[in-house]
Amino acid sequence: MSNSVLVAIDGSEGGNRALQFASDRAKLGGAKLIVIYVIEWSPYTFNTPEENAERHTRREQEIERATTGVVEPAAALLKASGIEYETVVRHGAPAETLINIAEKYDVQQIVIGRRGQSGIKTLLFGSVAGNLVQTSPVPVVVVP
Amino acid sequence: MIRLFVTLTTFFLYILPANAGFDETINELTAPVASFVGSVVFFKISVLGAQLPLVVLWLVVGAVFFTLYLGFVNISGFKHAIQLVRGDYADPDSPGEVSHFQALATAVSGTVGIGNIGGVAVAVTIGGAGATFWLIVAGFLGMSTKFVECTLGVKYRTDNPDGSVSGGPMYYMRKGFEERGMTGFGKFVGTFYAIGIFIGALGIGNMFQSNQAYVQLNTVAGGALDGLGWLIGLILAAVVFAVIVGGIKSIARVTEKIVPFMAIFYCLFAIIVILMNYASIPEAIANIFTGAFTGEGVTGGAIGALIIGFQRAVFSNEAGIGSASIAHSAVRTPEPVTEGYVSLLEPFIDTIVICTITALVIGTSQVADPSFAGEATGVAMTSAAFERQISWFPLPLAFGALLFAFSTMISWSYYGLKGWTYLFGEAQMGQTIYKLIFCAFVAIGCMVQLGPILDISDALVFLICVPNILALYFLAPIVRREMLSYRARLKTGEIKRYKH
Repeated sequence: MSNSVLVAIDGSEGGNRALQFASDRAKLGGAKLIVIYVIEWSPYTFNTPEENAERHTRREQEIERATTGVVEPAAALLKASGIEYETVVRHGAPAETLINIAEKYDVQQIVIGRRGQSGIKTLLFGSVAGNLVQTSPVPVVVVP
Repeated sequence: MIRLFVTLTTFFLYILPANAGFDETINELTAPVASFVGSVVFFKISVLGAQLPLVVLWLVVGAVFFTLYLGFVNISGFKHAIQLVRGDYADPDSPGEVSHFQALATAVSGTVGIGNIGGVAVAVTIGGAGATFWLIVAGFLGMSTKFVECTLGVKYRTDNPDGSVSGGPMYYMRKGFEERGMTGFGKFVGTFYAIGIFIGALGIGNMFQSNQAYVQLNTVAGGALDGLGWLIGLILAAVVFAVIVGGIKSIARVTEKIVPFMAIFYCLFAIIVILMNYASIPEAIANIFTGAFTGEGVTGGAIGALIIGFQRAVFSNEAGIGSASIAHSAVRTPEPVTEGYVSLLEPFIDTIVICTITALVIGTSQVADPSFAGEATGVAMTSAAFERQISWFPLPLAFGALLFAFSTMISWSYYGLKGWTYLFGEAQMGQTIYKLIFCAFVAIGCMVQLGPILDISDALVFLICVPNILALYFLAPIVRREMLSYRARLKTGEIKRYKH
């Protein structure tokens, strides 16, 4: 197992706290950070023909927005504090994607922020943190 | 845009005297057009006492040929099609593009329409129970035709400079024939097809849908909407207008999301009705088989049943028309043939599953009570069959029919638009003109009787399948080569399966 940690960011306060927490730990332990932005997407939605025809362009725009808006600023911070890192932007279901990437990079743990969504929403759709904790093959840290 | 709509509506209201007379006028005007177009396209030859429209023969021969030529890909490819839709072969390192599932769902919501509810009733009324058998056979053979057209749709699509894609028969005709050194001919059939799909979109994907949605609404309202077809038409046209011209995509998105559930809901209740008629099931099934070969009591006998079955099947699943390949071409895949496999499932879902279920609802009701529908035809007949067992069902059925009609109209407005932009370019002004014409026909569809509508729609649809099937014959060797190469690489493991 490599000495690396996967941290999920999404531009939110929770994500920033997760990044802060992970980079503090990485600095102490000399670990490498894998910073990931998951763009929520499912291959099983129903779309109009027009949406499908424009999908490729949309995808590029989504990746561009995530990269320049969230991932690059985070990377700049890490660079400034001299932490070794890699960035990933990926479409998919959040929990599932995090697990796939965790396995691919063989990380020691996953760090995510808490969204703190309402009870009803969690009841209906579950929470990313909840799903991840249930299914992750490595320890998960949920930063409040 | 809103001003344009208000102007148009005022114009319509101005020319529309608000009484039953207007619907009749429109009806009288369209009937001769319908019979003329019908007589040209449906040039008939006499076969064993039955009238066989040449164009139906054209479709059947095509479908049989592709099935044999591709070694019954409709059977051998079925399992692989499901694996592809499940995402077993989707590269986990590049998600976010249109998935096989999404392309299929979009194409299916374009084909599952009123044809599945009303068209089947038409088939059974004219062709007898035996038409159902041929409907299923046509669905089965149509799977191969779809395979060919959708593979070609992806292979020869055009990537526009803005990153969007344009595909469909007009593109595979132009590029495919160009590859074979027949540039001039390719351009000609491509243009011919584009004109065909643009005009055809106004029939099958438009007037027939709005007409039957209105009929079902009127049935539920107990005839209170008699003569008010123009009003319902205007309302429907306004909603379509809001989506395709006004760009209010949320309506389309909501519909796209509801329609699949409506389809499941419809099948579920249909199965319940069939089970409630349980005593009639054996006889209803027996009728389908005997009618298929003896055609008792049907004009044209068994051949008559066959012709009607095939005609209505194509009308419902669109195999051979080429429209689905427009929707499927949005998938980005290095293997065009994968989209061919996925599209196999379309006639299966549409015709072999949904149409058969509808046919059994009607068939079992007929056995239990031959006069259950009275004078009703089309969707009203199907509605009557449901009502026999579940008295409140016509209302949700009307709602479902409306949604089916609506989603089909939205899909077809796009198919027609692709024909239009192929001909006239992507200029916004032109696209708006097309969309306005489309909306006008939505309204007209509600004012005309089923007969002429069906004649015009049929004629137009079959008009586009002539150049399409012709191109498929020419390009089938390319599809076969790709299929064999793909299969070989699947076997060696060169094409990776990611999920097990």
